[in-house]
Amino acid sequence: MKNRKIRVLVGKTGLDSDATKARFIARSLRDDGGMEIIYTGLYRTIEELVESAIQEDVDIVLVSIYSGSHMTVFPQLREALNNKSARDIILIGEGLVPDIQIKELKESGTVEEIFKSGTSVKKITEWINRVIAEKRNLEKN
Amino acid sequence: MNELGKKVLAGDVRAASRLIRNLEDNIADTKTSLKHIFPHTGKAHVIGITGAPGAGKSTLTDELVYVLRKRDKTVGVLAVDPTSPFTGGAILGDRIRMIRHAEDPGVFVRSMATRGSMGGLSKAVGDGIHVLDVMGKDYIIVETVGVGQQEVEIINHAHTVMVVQVPGMGDEIQAIKAGLMEIADIFVVNKSDREGAPKLYKEILNMLNMSQFPDGWRPPVIKVGTSLEPHEFNRDVAKIVDEIENHREHLIEKNLLAGRMRRKTQAEINEALRAAILEPVLDRLVANGELNEMVDRLTKRETDPYTLADEVAKKYLVQPE
Repeated sequence: MKNRKIRVLVGKTGLDSDATKARFIARSLRDDGGMEIIYTGLYRTIEELVESAIQEDVDIVLVSIYSGSHMTVFPQLREALNNKSARDIILIGEGLVPDIQIKELKESGTVEEIFKSGTSVKKITEWINRVIAEKRNLEKN
Repeated sequence: MNELGKKVLAGDVRAASRLIRNLEDNIADTKTSLKHIFPHTGKAHVIGITGAPGAGKSTLTDELVYVLRKRDKTVGVLAVDPTSPFTGGAILGDRIRMIRHAEDPGVFVRSMATRGSMGGLSKAVGDGIHVLDVMGKDYIIVETVGVGQQEVEIINHAHTVMVVQVPGMGDEIQAIKAGLMEIADIFVVNKSDREGAPKLYKEILNMLNMSQFPDGWRPPVIKVGTSLEPHEFNRDVAKIVDEIENHREHLIEKNLLAGRMRRKTQAEINEALRAAILEPVLDRLVANGELNEMVDRLTKRETDPYTLADEVAKKYLVQPE
C-alpha cells in the first residue's frame, strides 16, 4: 500500500466563483506533494462532486469555499458520501470559515479538517501526507 | 476467491474504480482479480480519441457520450492526462468537460495519469478497458494525452481510432508524414469555424487520395466546430457516431475485428511476459546492487549494455538445449 499514489478531488460547489485558491492548491499538491489531483472546475453540485469522487476512487475530497455556505455544503457532502458507502473518503475544506464553525463541523464528524483561508499550502500538503500515511498503516494492521 | 473481481462482475462501481486504481498502483493482488474478470471481456467496442493538446478531445468525448446515451448505449470513458516528469504529480482535468454525465449511471468516467509511460497512454489503460468492459459498457472511449506525431499506442487498444486535427498546426507536409496520420479510422477536423479549416480539410483529403486502403476502409473526414450553435455541434458529432457504427460493421463484415483484438492480445501477452520474466530479474539485480554496478561500469565506458545484457541473460535464463 506504500506505493499507492494519493488521489485528491479538488472541487468548488454552488455559485462560489473564486477558483484562484482552489487552482493554486491543486497545483501545489501536484508539485510539492506529487499527488494526482482531479480538478472539477466551478459550479458543481454536491452529487457531481460525490459521483466524481467515487468514480475516481480518491482518498480525499477537498472543497474550497469562500461563499459562506459551508454549514450547508459540508454536511450535505458528508451525508451524500456516506449514502454511497464512501465513509472512508476523507472530507476536508479550505476557505473563509470562522473558528467556532470549524470546531462544530469537526466535532460533529462532518469534516476531518478545515484550513482557514491563508493557511500555507505546504501545511495542507503535510497534513494530507500524514493523515493518509496513518490511515494506511491502520489498514495494514 | 477474489472479492474485488466478484464485486466488479456484479456491477459495483466502487469496486471497479478501486480495481482500476490497483492496476495503476501495481498492487500485488491485482492479477488475481484480472484472472477472474478476463473471461468475461471482449464485448465492448473501444473507441480511441487522439490528437494534439487542446485539439478538443475532451469536449468531443463529452458530446460523443451524449449522442451514444441518446441512442441508449452505455459508455465508459478512460481519460489520460500527463504526469509531471519532475514531481510524479498530475492534474487530471478532462473530467471538467464531461461533468454533465456525472449522475448518469449509464456513464462511468475515470481519469488516469500517464505515470511515466510513453505512447500517449497509461500502462493501466489496457486492463482498465477490461474493467469497463465487464461493467457492461457498450462503448468504451479512451482519450489519450495530447500527442505529437509518434504516440500511436492507442492502436493496440482501440477498435476504431479517431484522430482529431485542428487548423493552424503546420503545412501539408504534416499530413503526409508517417505516424499519427496513418492510424486514423476517422478524421475529425475540429474548430472548423476557424481560419485555415477548409485548407486542413482539403489537405487531409489530398493525403487520403494518395493513400491505399488494403482493408477496404477509407477514413471519412468529418468537420465539427465546438463554437458553432450547440445543435450544429450535436448534429456533426452524431455523424461521427454514425461513422463509428459504420466502421464497426465494416470490421465485423470483413472479419477484421478479430485482427484488431489480436493486436491487443499480442500486446497483453508481451506485457505479461515482461512482468513475469523481466521484472523479477530486474528486482533481483536492484536488490543485490548488481544493477547499480552495471550502471557505474557503463558510465565509465568499461563495457557496453549489450555485453551486460548477454551476461545477465546467461545467468538468469535457462537456455533450452
